[in-house]
Amino acid sequence: MNIVVCIKQVPDTTDVKIDPKTGTLIREGVPSIINPDDRHAIEEGLRLKEKHGGRVVVLSMGPPQAMDALMETKAMGVDECYLVSDRAFAGSDTLATSYALARCVQTTGAWDVVICGRQAIDGDTAQIGPQMAEALGVPQVTYAIEIKIDGKHVVAKRALEDGYEVIETHLPALFTVINEINKPRYPTVKGIVSVCRDCNIQTWTAKDIGASPKMCGLNGSPTQVARTFAPEPKGAGVIYKGAAEQNVKDLVKALRAKNVVRVR
Amino acid sequence: MPGVKIKRDDCIGCKSCLPICPFGAIDFDAEAKKASINDKCTSCGVCVPACPSEAIVSDIRIVKDLSEYKDVWVFAEHRDGKLAKVGLQLLGCASGLAKELGQRTAAILVGHKVEGMAKTLIEHGADIVYIVDAPELEHYKFDTYTKSIVELVRKHLPNMFLIGATHIGRDLAPRVSRRLNAGLTADCTELTLDPQTKLLKMTRPAFGGNIMATILCPNTRPQMSTVRPGIMKELPADPHRKGELVHEKVEFTERDIMVKVMEVVKIQRHVANLEEARIIVSGGRGVGGAEGFKVIKELADVLGGEVGGSRVAVEKGWITQDHQVGQTGKTVRPDLYIACGISGSIQHRAGMGQSGCIVAINKDPDAYMFKIADYGIVGDLHEVVPLLTEAFKRELGK
Repeated sequence: MNIVVCIKQVPDTTDVKIDPKTGTLIREGVPSIINPDDRHAIEEGLRLKEKHGGRVVVLSMGPPQAMDALMETKAMGVDECYLVSDRAFAGSDTLATSYALARCVQTTGAWDVVICGRQAIDGDTAQIGPQMAEALGVPQVTYAIEIKIDGKHVVAKRALEDGYEVIETHLPALFTVINEINKPRYPTVKGIVSVCRDCNIQTWTAKDIGASPKMCGLNGSPTQVARTFAPEPKGAGVIYKGAAEQNVKDLVKALRAKNVVRVR
Repeated sequence: MPGVKIKRDDCIGCKSCLPICPFGAIDFDAEAKKASINDKCTSCGVCVPACPSEAIVSDIRIVKDLSEYKDVWVFAEHRDGKLAKVGLQLLGCASGLAKELGQRTAAILVGHKVEGMAKTLIEHGADIVYIVDAPELEHYKFDTYTKSIVELVRKHLPNMFLIGATHIGRDLAPRVSRRLNAGLTADCTELTLDPQTKLLKMTRPAFGGNIMATILCPNTRPQMSTVRPGIMKELPADPHRKGELVHEKVEFTERDIMVKVMEVVKIQRHVANLEEARIIVSGGRGVGGAEGFKVIKELADVLGGEVGGSRVAVEKGWITQDHQVGQTGKTVRPDLYIACGISGSIQHRAGMGQSGCIVAINKDPDAYMFKIADYGIVGDLHEVVPLLTEAFKRELGK
């Protein structure tokens, strides 16, 4: 079974700090990590390989430093990694990204399964998975919490807001997974050592994957960022800094006056 | 059958169409030096203008003048015969946009035996309800729903298309956008019109060094956007409102059916209904443990509200995921949001920043939450929250 996993390197946003003066993110010193949902995608790929044989190929589109993320997946035990990096991809929106990634998947050769994390924590769009599935012309199961494969036959559970649905489909197929599906393994010492000894990760350019410049980067992106800004600050609030009892008394009085707390 | 063909005699074998196709639907016969369309074609037409010898023809009308695209569409999501609230909320937003544009608001109702829901959609602002009704559409599936919607869009040419960012909408919208090659912006929190160009200004939280991003989609139609439940406000139902029902027929072949839904399992548990709560008391890192959420819950109970949690609280296992407020959790808009021991990361604020009245309780006087709070108490929540509970008990006569 040929399994392709797509991952993204993202800033670790759980520790992001905000500049109190400008209200913008402080990026310095924020480490880059493998996107959390994507770790579950790698784990699921490795588990499918352990069960059905075959190979796990990991793809990541991004700047050269995304190589670090790919090395980490190698240490987790994946077979091959490719970094997809080219200035031509700069400014890609989700359609341009999904176009390029779908081309990459085809470039890896014959494939049966594509697994992505549901969404990346820096963009949170959850659009790349379904857009790739459409580009590849295959069925999708998003929000997957269980994937069972028997030959070409697939039974997967897809999480809903209030439960889940059981979906039957066939390979080749694309899945986007959420954290409930598994517990990702850590890189092994052996894995880390072998990555240090031999880290041969190839970089693919737009040309290598046969991508048209018209469909990549800003040219291939129907959506354009017109402006970014810090949200308008509200008028200054009332902050009570006295003794706890007095603070509570003042607050309750203020909330009653505002009529947001009512006897029901 | 694909709606796109390559006129063999006119093909000059330049191969420039090959990489353009997002679907890998163009084959090349190296011997004859001719390109041809294979059955992966989705008739999107993106290859048509790429051919220098005009050999590629499409029976799908290629619309060059974007002003031909009119009206603001809303996907009317429904489950178990009930309309999802988010669809009605989006109709409220769409009505405002349509009015400003001098265009109509339309609801897209796809399913089986769904006509009964059309009246509610009209009462909440739809001027037209497009209905596609077929047994294959009984349960939401990306395959049949994508086909239905793409056919409707290609026939009626909407200007804008709003879809709820639910587990259904986020499965469907990207698939539709890829097939149409139309831009899609996720999780918008504000949708307005540019006064000059009348383009849809789609504003969403993002991190690119800043907090909010306004996104435009100038060259493709429809301008597609997903919006989370609870962001937009529905209009009050007007039982006298008139609207038009338009039935459209979509045929499904075996090839169109890619997945089967075998079973839908509802998990019986108290799922926190934060989206509809009027009052939410939320805890974060400062709560310190699962035990600490007891005082949060007591305050929520006295106020008749729900309990929320930050991402940290959920990740540490102090509270279950259905309580999570924020960018990766729920978006809430209660009248009163009491944030206890929550510093106020942008991800958290993305989920609660539009609350009517925000109260921050935090030991750290520099916590960002104080900057967006209407009221704040600097102090230890473990001391302050129980005092508040007692005070409200007295105040509310409980």
